[in-house]
Amino acid sequence: MNNILVTEEVTKRFGKHIALNKVSLEIPKNSIYGLLGPNGAGKTTLIRIINQITFPDSGKVFFDGELLKPQHIAMIGYLPEERGLYKSMKVGEQALYLAQLKGLSKAEAKKRLKFWFERLEIGDWWNKKVQELSKGMAQKIQFIVTVLHEPKLLIFDEPFSGFDPINANIIKDEILRLKENGTSIIFSTHRMESVEELCEYIALLHESEKILDGRLSDIKKAYKRNIFKVGLEVENGDELLKELMEKFDIATSTYDLKERQLDFTVQLPSNDSGEMLSYLSNRANVNLYLETIPSANEIFIQTVKNKGIHE
Amino acid sequence: MNKLPLIIKREYLAKVRNKSFVVMTFLSPILMVGMVVLIAYLTKINDNEKRVIGLLNESDYFSTDFNPTESVSFVRFDDISLQAAKDSTERMGFYGLLHIPNENNLKMVTENSFFYTKDAPSTSVLDRIENIFQDRLRKRRLQELGVSTEEFATMDSAFELRTATFAGQTNLKGINEIKAFIGGGFGYLIMMFIIIYGGFVMRSVIEEKTSRIIEVIISSVKPFQLMLGKIIGTSLAGITQFVIWIISGVLLLFVAFSIFDIDPSALSNGPNTANMVVGMTPPVPTADQTMKLYAQELFQIPWVMLISFFIIYFILGYLIYSSIYAAIGAAVDNETDTQQFIFPIILPLMLAIYVGFFSVFSNPHGPIAVGFSLFPLTSPIVMLMRLPGGIGEGGVPIWQVVTSILLLIGTFIGIVWLAAKIYRVGILMYGKKPTYKELLRWLKY
Repeated sequence: MNNILVTEEVTKRFGKHIALNKVSLEIPKNSIYGLLGPNGAGKTTLIRIINQITFPDSGKVFFDGELLKPQHIAMIGYLPEERGLYKSMKVGEQALYLAQLKGLSKAEAKKRLKFWFERLEIGDWWNKKVQELSKGMAQKIQFIVTVLHEPKLLIFDEPFSGFDPINANIIKDEILRLKENGTSIIFSTHRMESVEELCEYIALLHESEKILDGRLSDIKKAYKRNIFKVGLEVENGDELLKELMEKFDIATSTYDLKERQLDFTVQLPSNDSGEMLSYLSNRANVNLYLETIPSANEIFIQTVKNKGIHE
Repeated sequence: MNKLPLIIKREYLAKVRNKSFVVMTFLSPILMVGMVVLIAYLTKINDNEKRVIGLLNESDYFSTDFNPTESVSFVRFDDISLQAAKDSTERMGFYGLLHIPNENNLKMVTENSFFYTKDAPSTSVLDRIENIFQDRLRKRRLQELGVSTEEFATMDSAFELRTATFAGQTNLKGINEIKAFIGGGFGYLIMMFIIIYGGFVMRSVIEEKTSRIIEVIISSVKPFQLMLGKIIGTSLAGITQFVIWIISGVLLLFVAFSIFDIDPSALSNGPNTANMVVGMTPPVPTADQTMKLYAQELFQIPWVMLISFFIIYFILGYLIYSSIYAAIGAAVDNETDTQQFIFPIILPLMLAIYVGFFSVFSNPHGPIAVGFSLFPLTSPIVMLMRLPGGIGEGGVPIWQVVTSILLLIGTFIGIVWLAAKIYRVGILMYGKKPTYKELLRWLKY
């Protein structure tokens, strides 16, 4: 089995409202999987089903090849979007409690907590009460508690909200390191831009349905429309542009007369840019040639739009 | 791996370490005992006040009847006018002036007697004086009828109708009330416990919601486990508090009474004893024996049975109500939204107490008592009020006890199931002020 988690046509209704409509996903092992979609798309419902907090009306969920069972809980670490800590409990005590709830023995939990507290440089917080901590500090504790029992699958729901950029980076590095060590990670967010640098695979949820999933690079390849950014150093740019416009599909263009710099974006009929390049190299000095790859956000918007047209 | 003990332990410690809980635990007995001592002390001071009453007796009667007692003494005025007597009474700061005019016969004398006071007289003083007149009138009437005082004394023996059950068990008058009172005490305890600690459970659920830790927890344990752990942990904390209250309360009372030298019995029957001393009726000669009988009867109350049933009804009743409290806590976002849901819970509890005190006391086996002791939301309280009378013959029929417990268990399962469903959905709902309609819909999720 190469998938840590598989869902088969998972459907969940709340009264008349359908929260998930036949959502099928395959989440590969040892990867970071982005679960994307706007607020209300059904991400949190799906995650809660994986955590067995709620149960699907129909459909199946498989964890590591087995039908999802209560004992799988101990192999999953979940950092919910709505997260907090008991305000009046001490940090160490609370972390121990939550670790024990995940099935760790007290001694083992203590040992691992010591390690993590040292690692994230919060060793002296052990006896502090949670109400004395800042929001970012509390988030660090929550992160530790989530990963402490070394789960096979980690689920982060909007993990960076509440972190300042420095701490967000620390956490990002920790997530990447966990992945290196073989953990599979589901990363749920509605902020598409944070996906690009982390996720290997993505699934897009929109209005309770999965509208797109797969390897991010494949998706991007599939969604790129052969648009290139070109920069030329040329004497008579206006004339060249006119010629180009007859021959190619030029979208936007600027010509800086003083710098003799002509920039334009062009959409080619195929991914083969050889013709265009040889045409240009005879006439001008090419100083920029770049294929534009759509961002996750653009892909999302385009998919939603297309879907609207198809329906 | 069972996580319930972990949850119970945390809930217990969280409660017991809570500052306001600690303060309440140790302050309440002190306050309560302080109140009792204060009341007892004030009563004592009040009793010690000796009232002086001026007596202007112009008649031939009552020359030997007004004798000083512990709290009242009389100062006789002779051969002065009523006005002069009134003036001097007021000048000397006496409590009042009793004027007995000179008339032809006793009847006229008593009818024309007057008691003058500065303010309205206290009823105990009035009772006392009236008693003296009554006795005198009675004696006079007896004389007219030709009965001597000695003969009257033999005649005026206390009589109480003795009662027995068909089974031949002797009953004591008022013992039903005493028994019901003991049962009522147990019932009241259950009600107080439910209201106080059910509220704690509810607030604890709300706290988990507002601090947003709930989803972290229920990704590790089942919501039902969390709810149950919370209820058990909180009730253990409650029992701890109750035990501390009872032990420290008793100790403090004992210490306080010995320091202030207050006789606790003076609290309950102070005014009565005063009246009895004055009354001519001699004290019932069998009082000691009656007391012994009462004591015997109290010993005969099946304490073991009563306490075991108390525990059964307590556990079932508390679990039912506190799971409703937990569901309410889960349904709302903050405590102010709980009001509309709390009232319907308190209603059956109050009903049980009132029905208990008004109906069960006077008729422990009447239809109302039976009905309410079967109805599951009131039975923990009402049945306990009936049970001191025993089970089986002469007491609560066995079928009623069995039915009541079975109904309670059935309700317990049903309500906990419903509450757990509402709880499971509610803890993950934020920002909505739920209506009853919405709660019903949650049951289908």
